Amino acid sequence: MALLFHIGRYFMLMAEVFSKPERLSIYWKRTLEEMDLLGIKSLGIVSLLSLFMGAVITIQTKTNIDSPLIPQYVVGFTVRQSTILEFSPTIISLILAGKVGSTIAAEIGSMRVREQIDALDIMGVNSAGYLILPKIIATALINPFLIIISMFLSIFGGWLAGTLTGIISSADYIAGIQYDFDPYIITYALIKTVVFAVIIATVSAYQGYYTIGGTREVGISSTKAVVYSDVVILIMNYLLTQLLLL
Amino acid sequence: MIEVRNLSKSFGTVEVLQDINATFAKGKVNQIIGKSGSGKSVLAKCIVGLYVPTKGQVFYDGRSFHEMAKEEKRQLRQEIGMLFQSSALFDSLTVMENVMFPLKMFATKSEREMRDRALFCLKRVKIEGKGNKYPAEISGGMQKRVGIARAIAMNPKYLFVDEPNSGLDPQTSIVIDELIQEITVEYDTTTIVITHDMNSVMGIADEIFFIHNKKLWWQGTRPELLNSGNKELNDFIFAGSLMREVQKAMKSG
Ligand SMILES: Nc1ncnc2c1ncn2[C@@H]1O[C@H](COP(=O)(O)OP(=O)(O)OP(=O)(O)O)[C@@H](O)[C@H]1O
Ligand SMILES: [Mg+2]
Repeated sequence: MALLFHIGRYFMLMAEVFSKPERLSIYWKRTLEEMDLLGIKSLGIVSLLSLFMGAVITIQTKTNIDSPLIPQYVVGFTVRQSTILEFSPTIISLILAGKVGSTIAAEIGSMRVREQIDALDIMGVNSAGYLILPKIIATALINPFLIIISMFLSIFGGWLAGTLTGIISSADYIAGIQYDFDPYIITYALIKTVVFAVIIATVSAYQGYYTIGGTREVGISSTKAVVYSDVVILIMNYLLTQLLLL
Repeated sequence: MIEVRNLSKSFGTVEVLQDINATFAKGKVNQIIGKSGSGKSVLAKCIVGLYVPTKGQVFYDGRSFHEMAKEEKRQLRQEIGMLFQSSALFDSLTVMENVMFPLKMFATKSEREMRDRALFCLKRVKIEGKGNKYPAEISGGMQKRVGIARAIAMNPKYLFVDEPNSGLDPQTSIVIDELIQEITVEYDTTTIVITHDMNSVMGIADEIFFIHNKKLWWQGTRPELLNSGNKELNDFIFAGSLMREVQKAMKSG
């Protein structure tokens, strides 16, 4: 019952968000600001995580399949596939849900409890559109770039870990990441990324927008934003994998 | 003129307002008074449509808000200026940008004209030197004044002011009250002021609406206020020592 209520209200909010904006120029300016806040400012954490992620996949793969029957290039191949298919688009999106989602919910939530959304509404501004649409567009545009950077860094991190520890030769690793490459997996990863970006922005904005109470409730909304974004991302990940890869 | 007809508002099972009927006249300062939590802010928010009343209707110069289409409501809202109890300034914008915000959203003016208009409004609230500051960098009282400047930026026909005096020193408080009165007379706005500051009531109220026990308990003018013979009203207005002195002085002639 409560779930249906939230789903219904979520889609009604989205209808508001995508209704006609007042001033396109203002929306565009806001979108650029959001790209900076939600995207560029996440670059550091995404880079760091990706490097270590690739490094760990390399060491794990190598130590777990250390058999003379399996060719050496399999390590690079595994790093490439798991990075592009799951680790970068899904895991990094889950991380971004934590960082970006909580930011969005906290910002919109505190605007709600401090009557700033009322102030927008009272001026006749479409508050949902004004506050939420730039965030959706910003994340949908910027997250694919973050994820592509993440893919490169993860694969690079794998190479770094592999060659520095000496468990795999540079040549074998590079052969592995070039082996049997199907560019469609990039398309698949980017489709997922954009879907996840929209989920992060909209689910978090929904949590913030309907906050009732004070600063304590803003905190609760922020937590809920992350949890629900993660849950919806995981479900959509399953569905999209089935839809796009089977 | 704003008319409220049979307005009731509940949140869930809790009733906050019950069958309110009131007419707020044009060019007059209409003050809503009542204890904290009596539902003054809720009434204002029902009138401007931020809350949907459980029952009843609101008419803006004869136009039923309830029956307006969405686009008409948006149009009407550009004629409404409102100062919120919490000021509700946008944190990420400077004082100047806050006042220019409604102009940028709706007015078909050049950047320069909008700036001039914003500056004019800031001057009216005597705060023009703070244009480049952010809301967090100015005092609560200054935030209220900026909130008023933003509310009058679009030359509203209907002006709502929720507790303009709370958190202000008595002198600034009087300046704000006089400003509200001036604007009301000058632009012939329908002004609704919410307050529990009796100084403000005695200073500028043309018509007073006392909300008590979910109802519009008493309504009248300033002279009528002190001799209403209404116990609940007297308990409210004579709660402060200053007003008790006034009452004593009046009794002794
Ligand atoms: N969104 C809401 N949901 C549930 N209850 C609410 C909501 N808004 C207000 N109330 C309740 O309505 C009652 C009246 O609140 P309101 O804010 O109108 O009081 P007020 O007269 O403005 O008080 P104050 O002078 O302290 O500002 C309070 O009991 C409050 O808890
Ligand atoms: Mg109030």
